[in-house]
Amino acid sequence: MPKVKMPKSAPSLDMTPMVDLGFLLVTFFILTAKFRPNEPVIVDTPKSTSSIALPEKVMLVTIDKDGRVFFDLSGKEIKRAMLQGMLERYPQVKVSEDVAQRFAVLGTFGQPIERMEQYIKGDEKLRKAMDDRKDAGIPLDSLNNQLGDWIQEGYEAFMTDAQAKGFTIAQLKDKEGLRYAIKADGDTDYEKVEKVIDIFRDKNIFQFNMVTSLEGIDDAPAVVEE
Amino acid sequence: MAEIIDGGGGGGGKHQKKKAKKGNVHLDMTPMVDLAFLLLTFFILATSLSKPKTMEIIYPKEVEDTDETTKVDDALATTVLVGEEDEHVFYYTGVFKPDSTVLIHTDYSKEGIRKVLLDRNKRINDQVTALKEQLTNKIINDTTYQVAYSKIVGDSLAPFVIVKTIPTSKFRNVVNVMDELNITNIKKRAIIDMGDSENIAMRQRIVELGLKK
Repeated sequence: MPKVKMPKSAPSLDMTPMVDLGFLLVTFFILTAKFRPNEPVIVDTPKSTSSIALPEKVMLVTIDKDGRVFFDLSGKEIKRAMLQGMLERYPQVKVSEDVAQRFAVLGTFGQPIERMEQYIKGDEKLRKAMDDRKDAGIPLDSLNNQLGDWIQEGYEAFMTDAQAKGFTIAQLKDKEGLRYAIKADGDTDYEKVEKVIDIFRDKNIFQFNMVTSLEGIDDAPAVVEE
Repeated sequence: MAEIIDGGGGGGGKHQKKKAKKGNVHLDMTPMVDLAFLLLTFFILATSLSKPKTMEIIYPKEVEDTDETTKVDDALATTVLVGEEDEHVFYYTGVFKPDSTVLIHTDYSKEGIRKVLLDRNKRINDQVTALKEQLTNKIINDTTYQVAYSKIVGDSLAPFVIVKTIPTSKFRNVVNVMDELNITNIKKRAIIDMGDSENIAMRQRIVELGLKK
């Protein structure tokens, strides 16, 4: 019997469908990707069963476990306008135009206004060092309530921007409005959170989204044996 | 990298017309695939796929003090005291009387505070369950359901919960209590600062039970 001759050439695989799929996925991920914004502090949020997603248009106040307060607002143009408002409020602080542009792409920040210029100008290493300082965080005591000013300016910048975009007051009161989120560490003293909430309440803001991580409804938190 | 494999039309006879070569072009796509998957991996890792979840809490306009909240029927009130440590969680029903009220110790597990709140809210939850059944059996429509639902949970006889905190209560535990209130469908709630008499009572109870201070 004649031997069955095996073809000597290397088997070739048609990779076209795989490549198609690969690029489809790449395109999808490129288009949907939103880079994780700079987070100056690590905050271990408490767990809850709530599944409401963090709103798109949001003013986010982050409180770390030492009670330092950080601030962020969505929208580059709005952030830029907010800084402008703050600079008018604090005329002793000077920030040049190109530095102000860089502020808009910076993520969450938490520095007293006096140190903001240095913070924005600095490179990543300097910013990290400044964030690690014990006295970082936005001041919020009654004599120097910078957080209140940021909230006020942020709100005004948001409203100006929204009205320029043609949203009506009714829309802004409903779905299109600015939402307020508080992201606090589970170990933060409630007193510190309350202080931030009280500042919001002074501005007639009463509804908050507390950032939590999801847990199942039956997942009981760990109970310490007595 | 591209190689052209001759289709074998080379040795044509004299009479054949000269044809443009119809060669099959084989492209080695391996590097491209490599690159594609490299990008794919990068974007998968760099994308934060799941947005963080949030819990909505609405605070009242004015700071409610205890006198005001107790104006509502006292029997409907449950007060949850949140202390400093994770196991410092107590509750009592009705009005606080420094001499006679006994703070009951509980925990944040399914069998702890949730059970207490579910018992308190049983009447309301039964109504909600009945209503949900009507919705699934299509006896009522969605709008009717929403209206009826708000009416049931906002009923003037629905139990309400006051969460009392001390300055050093941990945010995690406040969220835990609020979460249990969401699970047990109790919509009438308030978070306020703990009064001195309750704080003293709580400290005494912690010592009595030998909990971590």
